[in-house]
Amino acid sequence: MTQPDMAGRYLGVVVGGSISQGIEVKLEGDASVEEVKVGAPVTIHGERHRFFGLVTDVALEATDPHVKSAPPNGEDSFITRVMAGTAAYGTAQVQPHLVLPLVAGLSGSPQPAKAVPAFFSRVHYASPADVALVFGEEDDRHFAIGSPLDLEAKVCLDLAMYVARSNGIFGKSGTGKSFLARLLLVGLLQKNLASALVFDMASEYGWQGTSERGSGYVKGLKQLFPSRVSIFTLDPDHAQRRQAPVDYTVQIGYEHVEPEDIGLLRQTLNLSDAAADAANPLQRHFGQAWLRSFLRLKGPDIRSLADDLNLNQQALAALHRRLERLERYAFLVDSPAGDPVAAILQSLARGDHVVLEFGKHKDDLTAYMLVANLLSRRIHQRYVQQKEAALGDRAREPRPLVIVIEEAHKFLDPQVASQTIFGTIAREMRKYNVTLLVVDQRPSGIDTEVMSQVGTRIALGLDDDRDVDAVLAGVRGGRELRSALARLEPQQQALVFGHAVPMPIVVKVREYGDATYAELGRRGRRRASEGKQGAEDDLFG
Amino acid sequence: MSRFGEIIESSSTVFTAQCYHLYEGPPLGALVWAGTGPRTIGVVCNITTGTLDPGRRIVPRGAQEESEEEVYQSHPQLARLLATHIQAVIVGHMEGEAVRQYLPPAPPRIHAFVYACTPEETAAFTHHFDFLRLVTDAKDIAADEVLAACLRSAAACHPDPADFLLRAGKALALELTDDVPRLNAILRRVRP
Repeated sequence: MTQPDMAGRYLGVVVGGSISQGIEVKLEGDASVEEVKVGAPVTIHGERHRFFGLVTDVALEATDPHVKSAPPNGEDSFITRVMAGTAAYGTAQVQPHLVLPLVAGLSGSPQPAKAVPAFFSRVHYASPADVALVFGEEDDRHFAIGSPLDLEAKVCLDLAMYVARSNGIFGKSGTGKSFLARLLLVGLLQKNLASALVFDMASEYGWQGTSERGSGYVKGLKQLFPSRVSIFTLDPDHAQRRQAPVDYTVQIGYEHVEPEDIGLLRQTLNLSDAAADAANPLQRHFGQAWLRSFLRLKGPDIRSLADDLNLNQQALAALHRRLERLERYAFLVDSPAGDPVAAILQSLARGDHVVLEFGKHKDDLTAYMLVANLLSRRIHQRYVQQKEAALGDRAREPRPLVIVIEEAHKFLDPQVASQTIFGTIAREMRKYNVTLLVVDQRPSGIDTEVMSQVGTRIALGLDDDRDVDAVLAGVRGGRELRSALARLEPQQQALVFGHAVPMPIVVKVREYGDATYAELGRRGRRRASEGKQGAEDDLFG
Repeated sequence: MSRFGEIIESSSTVFTAQCYHLYEGPPLGALVWAGTGPRTIGVVCNITTGTLDPGRRIVPRGAQEESEEEVYQSHPQLARLLATHIQAVIVGHMEGEAVRQYLPPAPPRIHAFVYACTPEETAAFTHHFDFLRLVTDAKDIAADEVLAACLRSAAACHPDPADFLLRAGKALALELTDDVPRLNAILRRVRP
């Protein structure tokens, strides 16, 4: 579908409104009411200031009730054309977000709008220059994620601001969450601002992912940045079948599983509170290897253990039964071949992104949550140690880390968020240089306190009202953004707002495919060859 | 027909001219002008023909005649006893090339010659539409019909009549925002 380029088109004049409700604009000129879309960026030329805002609503109005009660005959094009824009006209509601003094020219930076434009100020669709002024141009910290509606211009995220907090990508299934997350990870590689650890449930990020267009494959991070992405896997056979290179096969020792990990699996293992809580006394009883020791027990032994530890027999038996499922996991072993945490930290310290693929466990939420929580906890511990050891010396601090988790509401639901490492990371912001990128389809399931710490939210299509409410909770002008969010196209359109963008914006997400690989991969190569990583032999050399 | 009569009655908003020849005046809605210095522009809003002598009632004369023409031929005095008057609502004035679509400071004088506007003059004057309100607001005339007639005849003087009517219609719509039925009625009378 070709879209009209609306750059700089005259839309109409300000005829009313308020800072809280938004500005009412009477549509004039040759802009058809059908071309003005919710979410479109506009500029308003006031007497002394230029305002930047978003269209939040579009309405049809009439000067006289007779227009509605006795409309002109639809076949009478003359009367219809005369009435259009005069007796019957369109209005747009515009929420001003930013303001720039007119005298500052192009050099000043926009500030949050605390005033409204004067009556009859002229309103135009934003131009590429306006978009660049507001969102910055691609440079060492700005990464283009797409273009505004009907406009050939680049909307950039300030990635330095982005990694300073935990962030979220929300959207129902099939809207392109992984696609967008992969794009942002490319951005982090390009700008060399942080390393990422991706818990890649469906093996979408590392070597190749399924195309958003439904058929075929797109290149994963490793293909774009071969020397800067390490692929770890829990299932080497799966990787071999896909002919995807693997840098490290992860094995996890039973002794590394903590009661906290089991607490998190309460839902997926269908554990009662009593059963899940029994893990703590077990660890006290058996010590570090509690899980292995506990799983070796047979029926009568479990009952006598329950008596010894003063636990409910049935609860302990249930815990045993459910935990037996963990024995099916090939990656869970008594004596692991190496320390995956050390390997991951080594790669991260080099500035690499680490993608952990789950292979055949892609639909197994228990495996996903267990591994993600366990590894993240231990990595976080190391980061805390390193950061504290650095004593404020920036050069010795660990490189910023972004942990990417999918199905995040399972980790961050109000019942478990206070107990999991992810709840802790979300709350402490980047105190220890670790932040989260949560990718989720049910934001309403995420603890509100965690949600309030999410710095930049990117919302793709969401159907459920509760999810929409959750994504917009605590956001200024949330009510107005709601209409834009509700009308996103099912794919490739996203509402971006929060810390890393100066104002909310609806973007058509940038292409990721054959045509753009070179562009996406290019910056990383140059930076890698310039940087300390030494000689690199990336794909686009 | 350029000069067709003289003013016999004049006020700030309307003037009446008597045509030199019976029935030979411009049609309803036509633009006319009168006066020197600022030329007062009017839109023909009423045309009347009647006896010049209020004491003599007009009686039928054609009972034995075959056609209307023969009535006038048989009674040549009729051309002297009867007269055609046109009334024009003043819609502005012109000073040289400058068009002013508001009332002139003074109305045209009695006996001022009255001319029909040429197509060029009509096109020049109707380039803007501020005069519409002077017609829609005029009292005691069939304002909607006059306006419709005026726009129809003016359209013919513009290179793109359809575009002219659309622009005029939109201007009129802004004048009649609170009376859409009236707007509709006028538009139906001017649509191409």
